Amino acid sequence: MMKQVGSHRLIFWLTFIPPTLWLLIFLLIPLSIIGSFSFSEKRGLIDIELSWILNNYIRAADLIYLSTLIKSIGVAGITTVICFLFGFPLALGIASAPPRWKSILLIAIILPFCVNLLIRTYALIAVFRTRGFFNFGLEWFADLINVPFEPLSLLYNDTAVILGLVYVHLPFMILPLYAGFEGFNKTLLEAALDLGASKLELLTSIIIPIITPSIISGCILVFIPALGSYLTPELLGGPNSQMIANVIERQFMNANDWPFGSALSMVLVYLTFGILALRYLCFNNLYLDKNKRRL
Amino acid sequence: MKLFPGGHLSRRKFLAGTGAVAAGLSLISRQAWCDETPKLNFYNWDTYIGETTLKDFKVASGINVKMDLFADNDELFAKLKVGNPGYDLIVPSSDYVERMILADMLMPLNDDMIPNRFNIQESFFDASFDPGRKYSLPYMWGTMGIGYRKSKMNSTPDSWKWLFDSDRYKGRCALLSEASDVLGAAFKYMGYSLNTKDPKIIKEAEKLLIKQKPNIKVFAPDNGQDLLLSGEVDITMEWNGDILQVMEEDPDISYIVPKEGSAVWEDALAIPKGAPHPENAHRFINFILEPSVGAKIADFIQYATPNKAAKQLMPESYSKNPAIYPSNETLSSCESSFYLGADVVRLYDEAWSRVLSA
Repeated sequence: MMKQVGSHRLIFWLTFIPPTLWLLIFLLIPLSIIGSFSFSEKRGLIDIELSWILNNYIRAADLIYLSTLIKSIGVAGITTVICFLFGFPLALGIASAPPRWKSILLIAIILPFCVNLLIRTYALIAVFRTRGFFNFGLEWFADLINVPFEPLSLLYNDTAVILGLVYVHLPFMILPLYAGFEGFNKTLLEAALDLGASKLELLTSIIIPIITPSIISGCILVFIPALGSYLTPELLGGPNSQMIANVIERQFMNANDWPFGSALSMVLVYLTFGILALRYLCFNNLYLDKNKRRL
Repeated sequence: MKLFPGGHLSRRKFLAGTGAVAAGLSLISRQAWCDETPKLNFYNWDTYIGETTLKDFKVASGINVKMDLFADNDELFAKLKVGNPGYDLIVPSSDYVERMILADMLMPLNDDMIPNRFNIQESFFDASFDPGRKYSLPYMWGTMGIGYRKSKMNSTPDSWKWLFDSDRYKGRCALLSEASDVLGAAFKYMGYSLNTKDPKIIKEAEKLLIKQKPNIKVFAPDNGQDLLLSGEVDITMEWNGDILQVMEEDPDISYIVPKEGSAVWEDALAIPKGAPHPENAHRFINFILEPSVGAKIADFIQYATPNKAAKQLMPESYSKNPAIYPSNETLSSCESSFYLGADVVRLYDEAWSRVLSA
């Protein structure tokens, strides 16, 4: 009896310690360093002194940084909506494909993750630049139907940034939606059809309400990393495409102002926590609504 | 059809990233000054050393050189400011040499160990960023200017006007993406000093850039030469060495220093404090300053060498090339950039943020 408790305890500690250490070393400690920098001031070129001042946050509320933040939220929002519009039918398609196809399609979704983001972004540049594959294809087609051809300028604007972000983040939308569709009791659909529901009603009153949690998860998984994206606007963006992460990078590098960069980073962290809190509240409300209906 | 014409499409940036990670991961032992192991950790820019220089040094001295790459001065500075992770020799640009001296990050050089320093042209010893050259010696130098595609220009673009104040090349021009580089060139165009500190003039430059922004295709993070080579833009602001590399591949590309003047830069060899092998670093500096070694490096990377003995060994196609060695008249209109202090750096950055979000 005692022995059993002992081995339980051992298993408990073995499973408890690694993730705790992980969280401590790679999340809590770095985050508290950045957090304390954000209340500090610069002393000369290298030194940073923790003096518990709010100046960095006051500066972060300046119109330049606020407008950049709002723009970033807009870009991330549009990215999320487009990912949902493409991801929803794709996930539904995969979930209802024959089992043999299912795994092939899933691998096709996951496979790009094996290639580094930087390389995939450069591949996009090779495809969409003025003398890139996309324009070559158009030129070939224009020649075919004898229309004069002027190459399109596809890179270095906001559309290119959103396209790049959608390309990178689409799997984060598809996978939770797919999981939602998989766990779905398909007999519900048959029952609804038997009772005379139209295809549209099937979608709006059965499918979407049931997989709402998956939709919210997918949206959060796309929105949060898109909000903090740095590489895509840096490489695909034009003179107007600066996002908040690019401003933060400049504070740590060119401007050599780590305290201010930390304050801007913390603003993003607070936003992320805010979104997660919102999700928690939404879920609670959803369940409450259901319970009310049952009553 | 080549996927990446030129092959060096931001290789600098990419390799520097991987190199930095590798350097961060490797544990480098901190040896004492006296009994040095035959090793040297060299932190350099990409494609910025001769093809065989490191091997030749190994043969000559038995010292193994391990080279890591950085993408820009900011990366170098950010990496070393939290403590030297084990580098023996670094190649900061002049204004960063100044910053690092101010921040007490460099070790004074021992002149007795570098007899070859007398191969360097005398004018380089008169450096305001490092008076008396106590901490650094020049490695390569060059200019900032305009790279352009000859067949697409109406006339030789010999003025900053075509990049900063004209819609002639609308949607076909690129500027660099660092605040101090772009603002500095704008100051020169408006007739001020490259190292302007006056908030009013900074504001004026900001307005000029915001007005010009609709004509600019992209602020290129040090890949203007690739944009030019791939036909994405026809005219770009760039460093001369970068344009020279693509001029070799495409004879339609050329380089000019605008008549209003520009920035002249110098990259210097320096030993950071906390270097585990400072003696080896001195030997390597002396080796690089050897005329034949310097000539081999210059021949490969095509930047201007400050080593007069090495320059004499080079063919005229190098030593008389105006893109490498601009005329004295051009040079007299150029300035080198200085570290202007934290307040001015902040003014620059804020102006730049406003330009980007306007």
